Amino acid sequence: MAEVELRNISKSFGRIDAVKDVSLTISDGDFIVLLGPTGAGKTTTLRLVSGLEHPDRGTVFIDGNDVSKTTPAMRNVAMVFQQYSLYPHMTVYENLAFPLRSPLLKTPESKIKEKISEIAEVLQISHKLNNRTTELSGGEMQRVSIGRALVRNPSIYLMDEPLSSLDAKLRADLRVELKHIQADLGATLLYVTHDQIEAMTMASKIGVLEEGRLVQVGPPREIYEDPVSLYVSGRLGLPRINTIPASIFPGAPIGATTLGLRSEHIELGTGLPANVIRLEHLGDQTQLHLEIEGHKIITLTDVHSQLQPDDIIHIQPKDPLYFDPSGNRVR
Amino acid sequence: MTNWSLTEPSNTQKYVAGTLVAIYALVTLLPILWILSTGFKTPTDSIAYPPKLIFEPTLEGYVNLFTTQTRQTEEYLANNPPNNWYEQIVHDKGMVIAGPSRFGERFLNSVIIGFGSTFLSVFLGTLAAYAFSRYKVPLKDDLLFFILSTRMMPPIAVAIPIFLMFRTLGLSDTHAGMILLYTAVNLSLAVWLLKGFIDEIPIEYEEAALIDGYTRFQAFIKVVLPQATTGIASTAIFCLIFAWNEYAFAVLLTSGTAQTAPPFIPTIIGVGGQDWPAVAAGATLFLVPVMVFTILLRRHLLRGITFGAVRK
Ligand SMILES: Nc1ncnc2c1ncn2[C@@H]1O[C@H](COP(=O)(O)OP(=O)(O)OP(=O)(O)O)[C@@H](O)[C@H]1O
Ligand SMILES: [Mg+2]
Repeated sequence: MAEVELRNISKSFGRIDAVKDVSLTISDGDFIVLLGPTGAGKTTTLRLVSGLEHPDRGTVFIDGNDVSKTTPAMRNVAMVFQQYSLYPHMTVYENLAFPLRSPLLKTPESKIKEKISEIAEVLQISHKLNNRTTELSGGEMQRVSIGRALVRNPSIYLMDEPLSSLDAKLRADLRVELKHIQADLGATLLYVTHDQIEAMTMASKIGVLEEGRLVQVGPPREIYEDPVSLYVSGRLGLPRINTIPASIFPGAPIGATTLGLRSEHIELGTGLPANVIRLEHLGDQTQLHLEIEGHKIITLTDVHSQLQPDDIIHIQPKDPLYFDPSGNRVR
Repeated sequence: MTNWSLTEPSNTQKYVAGTLVAIYALVTLLPILWILSTGFKTPTDSIAYPPKLIFEPTLEGYVNLFTTQTRQTEEYLANNPPNNWYEQIVHDKGMVIAGPSRFGERFLNSVIIGFGSTFLSVFLGTLAAYAFSRYKVPLKDDLLFFILSTRMMPPIAVAIPIFLMFRTLGLSDTHAGMILLYTAVNLSLAVWLLKGFIDEIPIEYEEAALIDGYTRFQAFIKVVLPQATTGIASTAIFCLIFAWNEYAFAVLLTSGTAQTAPPFIPTIIGVGGQDWPAVAAGATLFLVPVMVFTILLRRHLLRGITFGAVRK
């Protein structure tokens, strides 16, 4: 494993600036999760690290060496693709063996067999090793694709939404497994996900991309509790952070125009009156839809809440987040 | 309740389709059956009217095809009894075998030129198609159009210039010349067909191979080629069929050393009267290589036809 550094990387496709001046250091053993909506440049960032794309400007370092001009094979990176990309003319076993048989690694067959059965066990695909990859379900393909990365011991693992098509249980299992593997191997990972739980539980650091720009990097709790902008605050949190004009409640600092309220920032029972619109019982939580001065707010309430639509409930912000007109945080 | 399904045709559909296919097959196969049976008739039976459907088969046509014969006197024939079954057939007609005919050579020429140009077309076509499919080639669209445009007139339209060029370059009546010519004609088809097939292979597989530690060329060999076998097989069959059957250029540019079977077979008829069975025998044998080649590649070909449906 190795340290990977991106220094002032930019990449555009025609008129689209996919990645803009991104600098990011992924220390040895780091698990960095990239967050951002679709089109933010997450995949492009991974491809720039892997060498499948070359930056227009900036430098990629692996272990202190400038690799910007080298091919993917020379960088020794493993990647799980967003669209799996399993070789359709090979069996699952051959897919998993493919990187090990490469001129780069030239692993002896006995070693390959050992490694594959070990990884297949972890990913629960042992019974599928002799299948063609075209005969697998989406979730199985995704696991094989993860396996093709995990059989290796690369300088960095790049994973693009690797758990996205798995069911909840398998996803939870593999989340734990991946975390284990990372801890055991001391692996370095750059990981893309839209899943908040994955981001919060696995990341040692989260990087938030906004239209190709890396707007904040930090530990998960910092990103959640101390976002630098409205945009970052919206990346994490379920239900999503509520935004209402700062003038509704007294006490806004100078320059703040927008008030950001997460569920835990809303104290129920005191303060200003709000209309109950409806309740949504989700099992482990109950979401409360409110309206205050024409602005909708979604928060959490007691699972057994007896509130009815059109009831009035008082709410009060507690240590909320304030933002200026351009969306930057006001402290 | 109906057993309606998107993938399985109903039984009625199957019967109707089967009958239609059978009728079509009969119509297209009839001339081939005619040729096949004529090859085993005697010259007399072959021109009998009405045509004989039932007849006593003989290998006379095949013997005539492969040998040259001379008429001999009764006395000579009596003194030189036949040594084997084919000498016997010739002997019965009052002739003796003077030597092998040129059919074997001409057939071999067809094999060398047909398969040689097919190999070359597919080899060059695959490389060109890959480049057109994957790389930024300057003036790509214009080049592709130009390649296709070579197909827009019948090749024979340029017969005279080619004839003159071949004569000047010493390529007339050579294997190399004919291989070159058929490759040139086939290459445009090969490039276009193969480009279509390679375009269908997502580039992500090669990217995965690059990440897995392979070079671009190794990725091409290990990941692209195996997935392109369908395209390669069907392209090869098309190229072979053209090169194998080509008649006009073969007549024009070959006369001896490199003469292929198509211009040779009709000449058989003049050797000893109206020898239709020998012509039919030659035509029958001429059908075999393409048939065998197609059957060998059939598995890939069928997959080729359903290509888009299977993996998308
Ligand atoms: N090969 C390409 N050619 C042209 N534009 C591209 C190419 N690859 C990416 N882009 C553009 O660059 C931007 C960033 O794309 P990217 O794939 O990195 O997004 P992403 O964050 O991975 O999104 P998603 O969550 O949907 O996977 C997008 O606007 C996309 O359209
Ligand atoms: Mg992506």
